[in-house]
Amino acid sequence: MIEILIHGRGGQGAVKASLALASAASKAGKYVQSFPEFGVERRGAPVKAFTRISDEPIVVRSKIYDPDHVIVLDPTLLHTIDITKGLKDGGWIIINTEKSPDSFTEFKKRFKVATVNATKIAVDNRLGSKVAPIVNTAILGAIIRVLDVATKKELAEGIKEFVPIKAEANVKAANEAYDLVKFSEEA
Amino acid sequence: MKKVILGDHAVSYGALLSRVQTIAAYPITPQTLIIERLSEMTANGESNAIFTKVESEHSAMASTVGSSASGARAFTATSSQGLALMHEMLHWAAGARLPIVMANVNRAMAPGWTIWTDQNDSLSARDTGWMQIYCQNNQEVLDSIILGYKVSEQVNLPTMVILDAFFLSHTAEGVDIPDIKEVDKFLPPYKPEIKMDINDPRSFGALTSPDVYMEFRYKMQESMDKAKEVITREGKEFGKMFGRKYGLVEEYRTEDADTILVASATVASTARAVIDEMREAGQKVGLLRIRVFRPFPTEEIVRVIGGKKKVIVIDRNISFGKTGIFFDEVKGAFYNYTGNKPPMFGYIAGLGGRDVTPKVIREIMDDAIKKDKPESEILWKGVKL
Amino acid sequence: MKHSKKEIKIKGASDMPEMSASLGSMAHNKTASWRNLKPVIDESKCIKCFICWKFCPDAAIDFTDENTPPKINYDYCKGCGICAHECPVKCIDMVEEER
Ligand code: SF4
Ligand code: SF4
Repeated sequence: MIEILIHGRGGQGAVKASLALASAASKAGKYVQSFPEFGVERRGAPVKAFTRISDEPIVVRSKIYDPDHVIVLDPTLLHTIDITKGLKDGGWIIINTEKSPDSFTEFKKRFKVATVNATKIAVDNRLGSKVAPIVNTAILGAIIRVLDVATKKELAEGIKEFVPIKAEANVKAANEAYDLVKFSEEA
Repeated sequence: MKKVILGDHAVSYGALLSRVQTIAAYPITPQTLIIERLSEMTANGESNAIFTKVESEHSAMASTVGSSASGARAFTATSSQGLALMHEMLHWAAGARLPIVMANVNRAMAPGWTIWTDQNDSLSARDTGWMQIYCQNNQEVLDSIILGYKVSEQVNLPTMVILDAFFLSHTAEGVDIPDIKEVDKFLPPYKPEIKMDINDPRSFGALTSPDVYMEFRYKMQESMDKAKEVITREGKEFGKMFGRKYGLVEEYRTEDADTILVASATVASTARAVIDEMREAGQKVGLLRIRVFRPFPTEEIVRVIGGKKKVIVIDRNISFGKTGIFFDEVKGAFYNYTGNKPPMFGYIAGLGGRDVTPKVIREIMDDAIKKDKPESEILWKGVKL
Repeated sequence: MKHSKKEIKIKGASDMPEMSASLGSMAHNKTASWRNLKPVIDESKCIKCFICWKFCPDAAIDFTDENTPPKINYDYCKGCGICAHECPVKCIDMVEEER
């Protein structure tokens, strides 16, 4: 079982991203679980969403404290919260940023880093506005590429299910991120 | 068809597939998503139910009682404060012997204001004459709504299908949504023997003298007893048709176990992972999940845990001035048991939505296993002193 | 369970319905015997306001049409006297029942 923690800000679509990811992995034949941090969501405040993906039925029903991988939808969160808290050694950190994975030397001591400029992809595809682009679908393309949990086709179906508005543009953004994500296994 | 859906939406699908005819409900977090989806289903024609927006939960149940009494398959859903507000009508629904099915999302009671899970809301309705089913995953939630009608309509008592706030209500997972034609074969239309009917007028629930009131109550208890058989039989039948079997309790690795953990709802689901982990380490532990709390499965509990070395009960609820409620009832099941009564440890954990993680459950197990007997009737897990 | 016009004797739980529903319509439950005083309308004084018809708690006053004084149904009237009390022209008399 892999446990994924998605960090974002209220309004960025972290919860929808988690749902679409779970749905894609389910279509890939996996057992899945997806849930938000159970609170009162406020626009702009840091939020978390959790995804479990497994070959076996998932029985654990608590929140994820020690994730295998973390996703960071908003690079400004890197300065406000410790996104590596509980992260297992060797786990992936997938960040929405224009920087290259190599610029995260501190993270790379214990973890693997992948980066993708999901903001630019979202803006190019007119997802959200320039000030508040909705980056959740773009980053999904990077996630399935790096973690290898679903195919592009399965992801496209997952996105259509949970992000039905502008579905085509969202799928296109995900596919672009799939191609553009920067990472290397040995990292 | 397998779909990734939230627990709340599993309820909506369960109601849709049961072809409910009336839905009267009032929104409350974390139940709102249930009725939101049902109102969409009625608006877009997926469901033919009459959807009534009411001004309170008391009215929601009053309306549901009315439509059920007139012969409709009636549904509603609520949570916490809402369930408390409909309390009077809960007695009415059961006393009038109406096979209503209601989903209750287990949310702790205020104050302090809270939206997170525990079981004190539904357990406060323990003595109303409703059957109570505590679910551990979204699939069970959907299936239990359908099963709820199948059982309720045979024993003429209402069913409360209960799911944990957020840990189920707002958690998405893969759920097999059965074909409605298959469900139709399992659940035929509701045809009550007695209903409100202008062509066969009667008075309902009129003044009932001490001469006969007690007999009505005797009959409710008789039906609750019968419900145990019906739940078991229909749970098996459901398994034959849909591949998922349900009973009053669920045993997990209990057979050769000497220590049994008793839990319910999502805590019981998480506990399986702990049982597996401890088994791998060579410890003889097992899990008894209480799925149906009313009618209370006394015989099953005694059969599974009688003669064991130790029993540990985790309660996500408390009866103030006594103990955890499941603990109290499990203990009570043994008083007249003549066999070997195992020592019982009752832990309170996870109130107000505090997470009951595998680590928390493991610590509870380790704590009880190292002790000969509990130092007190109530053991608080994780309370900060 | 079919409703019946006959009086039904109940031994106990075994021959009771599960719900507290009457075995038949209240139409079969003629309550006239409860009456000590009987309301009698003086039709010559009646102004056909139908206030008595509205107030009767047992719906024991029948309405025919607007030009006909209401008729009291003595099968069900329990003799409570509310109609007599409410009648604005006091044309309803409560008279002693003959036994
Ligand atoms: S209240 Fe009196 S006046 Fe009016 S209809 Fe009745 S009997 Fe006639
Ligand atoms: S006496 Fe009472 S019951 Fe009889 S007709 Fe008048 S109001 Fe009705």
